[in-house]
Amino acid sequence: MRRIRFLAWAEVLHVVRDRATLAQVLIVPVAQLLILSNAATFAIRDIPTYVVDADHSPTSRALIDRFGASGNFQIAGYSASLDRANDALLRGSITMVLAIPHDFERALVRDHTAPVQLSVNAEKGSAAGVVQSYAVQILQAYSVELGTTLRPTVTNVRSASAEAPPAHGGSRIEVAVRSRYNDTLNYKHYMVPGILVALVTLIATLVSAQNIAREKELGTLEQLNVTPLTRGQFIAAKLLPFWVLGMVDLGIGLLVGRFVFGVPARGSLMLLFGSASIYLVVALAIGLWISAMVETQQQAMFVTFFIMIIYLLMSGLFTPIDSMAPWVQSVSQLNPVRHFVTIARALLIKGAGLAEIVQPLGMLAGFAVVTLALAIRQYSKRAT
Amino acid sequence: MPRRIIALIGLLRKETYHILRDRRTLAVITLMPVVQVIIFGYAIRTDVEHVRIAIVDPTPDPSTMALRGRFAATDTFHIVAVLRRAEDVEPLLQRGDAQEALVFERDFATRLGRGLPARVQIVVDATEPNTGSAIQAYALQVIQQYEREAGAARPAVQIVPQVRMRFNPTRESSNLFVPGLMAFVLTIISSLMTAITLTREKETGTLETLLVSPLRPWHIVVGKVAPYLLIGFVSVIGVIIEARLVFSVPLRGSLLLLLAEGLLFILVSLSLGILISARTSSQRVAMFGALVGTMLPTMLLSGFIFPLESLPWPLQAASLIVPARWFVSVARSIMLKGIGITYLWRETLVLMMMAIALLGLSTASFKARLD
Repeated sequence: MRRIRFLAWAEVLHVVRDRATLAQVLIVPVAQLLILSNAATFAIRDIPTYVVDADHSPTSRALIDRFGASGNFQIAGYSASLDRANDALLRGSITMVLAIPHDFERALVRDHTAPVQLSVNAEKGSAAGVVQSYAVQILQAYSVELGTTLRPTVTNVRSASAEAPPAHGGSRIEVAVRSRYNDTLNYKHYMVPGILVALVTLIATLVSAQNIAREKELGTLEQLNVTPLTRGQFIAAKLLPFWVLGMVDLGIGLLVGRFVFGVPARGSLMLLFGSASIYLVVALAIGLWISAMVETQQQAMFVTFFIMIIYLLMSGLFTPIDSMAPWVQSVSQLNPVRHFVTIARALLIKGAGLAEIVQPLGMLAGFAVVTLALAIRQYSKRAT
Repeated sequence: MPRRIIALIGLLRKETYHILRDRRTLAVITLMPVVQVIIFGYAIRTDVEHVRIAIVDPTPDPSTMALRGRFAATDTFHIVAVLRRAEDVEPLLQRGDAQEALVFERDFATRLGRGLPARVQIVVDATEPNTGSAIQAYALQVIQQYEREAGAARPAVQIVPQVRMRFNPTRESSNLFVPGLMAFVLTIISSLMTAITLTREKETGTLETLLVSPLRPWHIVVGKVAPYLLIGFVSVIGVIIEARLVFSVPLRGSLLLLLAEGLLFILVSLSLGILISARTSSQRVAMFGALVGTMLPTMLLSGFIFPLESLPWPLQAASLIVPARWFVSVARSIMLKGIGITYLWRETLVLMMMAIALLGLSTASFKARLD
């Protein structure tokens, strides 16, 4: 135990002495969290919209005002020419064209029905769906409103929610909508826990891989190998400081998330740190394993980065797991990052308890055992 | 032939031998983009399909059964549980076993029969806001469709939206991500290649030899860039073929233009890699610079995954100097919108300026090392 303590302390001194490393593990994560959380967003707001109004009636103008006032749309252009609108759509300066045909008002008064045309740039498939649903909501709300002004005798039952469809006549189904866990639809609340996981992973894996590879380069690893220290002791002493660092980083990151981005912490923080303590073992073991395979720090960094890209892009951190192809979803079960991202989001945002995260947590515990065993084996092979 | 040109040809031959001799590295760098596009093309998607929905129906009756049937009949929804009590939904949502719940009120059909409004609640897991909005809109559509067909009176006034989804009518996200992915993997491969070649020269000390040889600095830069440009070009062709065959991404514009822009983009990425390797003293810094300096910005600030319009303005401004940002836009425009150089001259010009500036700076930094 004393040996472990000494070696671990030596490691701490190394880290503290080397200002660059210290900055790398303490300041860089915070800076990255601040930048990445702002960069990694699919938030859809201020959709630049081009309006082609061929009607020029009070009704069409009121409709355009509804779009402008909704907060989701921003009227970026206005003309009577459809060609100019199409050109803007091709150029990419606008996302949607709202075309109101000639006779719009007259048709509404006469037939109580009139078309409008929405052309959405659907390059960004799922975003286009959201744009469309926003637009349709405005149109529906406006037609309900028009119904009361144009034909005051018709009773329009307003539904419970503004987003619900206008209920009407014969069978009336009232639809109420609740967005759970993230009712303000704040993208940052979704991204911050994920990015936090990514950063903790990067620190734990990259720094530990690099650190041991450096000892190899310097030849000090050989010296340690001939000391009475057992391999188990050596590995424990090596990993312990980084394990603590990872936990500290997580704590700092949570504070930043809480106070800068207002990310909720609905579940138990104890449980989060408990899960993190298991997860960090996995991340560190992967770092150790990499360092046992490679010769130089450079190779260590290279391999780490490539593993990290695959891990991060396939973890559900940036794009939802549910959207991935089925075979990728199965493969991603082997990705520890995926499980910890799930846990972090469930605990922080959904307020889940132990019972709800027991499955991914079990997976992590399994990974911890397997990766650590593999890493120690790989390491022993090299050292003897 | 002037001696310098002969020397340059000699350098090019040497580089080619280096590349051809190391078969394993060659295989890795040509195949890696193709493999990465496959993996990430299947992984990076945002399509919302097979929505896991839970149904809470305290008093099952013909009306609720009919509406439930509507949900079961769609391809979009997949009913994972039918519950009696609304409280049981919470753990399903928290575990992620259900993404959405449809909660009928008690005596739904009875109320409907009496002409009273019958209430149904749609509860969505909005942790990921866009998925939340999308699945909520899908559920609303199903209910509205049901209402309409159940013989409801037409609303007093109707504005009928005729929606046209331009450029990507099926709204498949691979059409969006695969062209972006091209930029991403090509950036990485290019910075990787230059990092390998220059750090090797530094390691073995042969860079000094090159510098004191009669070769001019720009010879060295050309000698380093040209062979890899060819490899990169092969990767571009491979990735385009893959996009067409595996992911059926349309190619509505000119193939020739796409290839030319691809070549231009590789040139920019290689020059960036050369510049980073030439400017940094230690290998560690060079690698870190190449990877962190190109990979993270390309992933986040190129519009490849996250739309640029959503970024706050300082990051939007920063994205202007990320080469991939311009190529992502070009690749998407050519493939999906089918537009030509008349619309894309600005992006092309920016990429050209970047190539010239980066090559110039690299040459200058070789000169500085010489002095």
